[in-house]
Amino acid sequence: MARSRPEPMQVVKQRRDTALNALVEGVPYIRFLNISFDRRGDELTGVLNFDEKLIGNPLLPALHGGVTAAFLEVTAVITLSWERMFPQIESGELDAADILKSKEVRFPKTIDFTVDFLRSGLPRDAYARAFINRSGRRYASVRVEAWQDHHTKLFAQGTGHFLMPQPKADKE
Amino acid sequence: MADKLQLARQFIEAIPHARALGLELTHISNGEAEITMPYNEALIGDPRTGVIHGGAVSTMLDTCCGAAVMSHPTQPSSTATIDLRIDYMRAATPGQTITTRATCYHITRNVAFVRATATDEDRDNPVATASGAFTVEGK
Repeated sequence: MARSRPEPMQVVKQRRDTALNALVEGVPYIRFLNISFDRRGDELTGVLNFDEKLIGNPLLPALHGGVTAAFLEVTAVITLSWERMFPQIESGELDAADILKSKEVRFPKTIDFTVDFLRSGLPRDAYARAFINRSGRRYASVRVEAWQDHHTKLFAQGTGHFLMPQPKADKE
Repeated sequence: MADKLQLARQFIEAIPHARALGLELTHISNGEAEITMPYNEALIGDPRTGVIHGGAVSTMLDTCCGAAVMSHPTQPSSTATIDLRIDYMRAATPGQTITTRATCYHITRNVAFVRATATDEDRDNPVATASGAFTVEGK
């Protein structure tokens, strides 16, 4: 028996990009900071697109530490949600419209987040990637690193714990 | 004293990102600071509920901690965050102003230790707490 032909590339790309856009564009605060995501397969890189309003120290100048913290946290939550949803997006169980509107689709909630400020954030774009240490049924632990010019010279890193959205039946 | 608050207020308001969030310094003295932020739909983290994103609360806590360090009687000339841990207790009630209070409870020649709390109008149930270490530059 012949294997079924793989889907055309455009179909795969469009499905994944539409779902990712829905996940990101739906959140006003992510638009406010102008954070976007680059996708290569299932791998995501957060991009903090520089703007003057992200400055926290006008003398240096440097990015606001709070913006850096928020950027790391957004990257962690989006990556965690994306990895959770990816199989359902691929199977067609979940589409972009559901991500935007369905009450069933919920985000992980941050329990705690710790940021290590390694160097000051330069007034230019920044990048971040999240690594899921563990994602259990209820809790997840995520590490995030952020860099600007050189990936090996991180300007911040963070670790956070998240409460995963529970299926309705589990709730009171 | 009023002059000092005025000066510190101008300092905070000169920070572009603090202006973007609408942060207002309402108290500052002796290693303690209070900052408020009005509800703003642009800062929503979950469009289904209208709850403000935790990142905006983190920024308030970080700014407030830095202000507390700067107001310490030892008068640091500048400060930067070394590390900051935020615990999120609950979602801030949509529509309400968020208030953060920070205390610089210990300072050495090089390091300042700070704690902070964020609340909404229900002041007995914190939205988030923070604790961090900050640099102390040239006294």
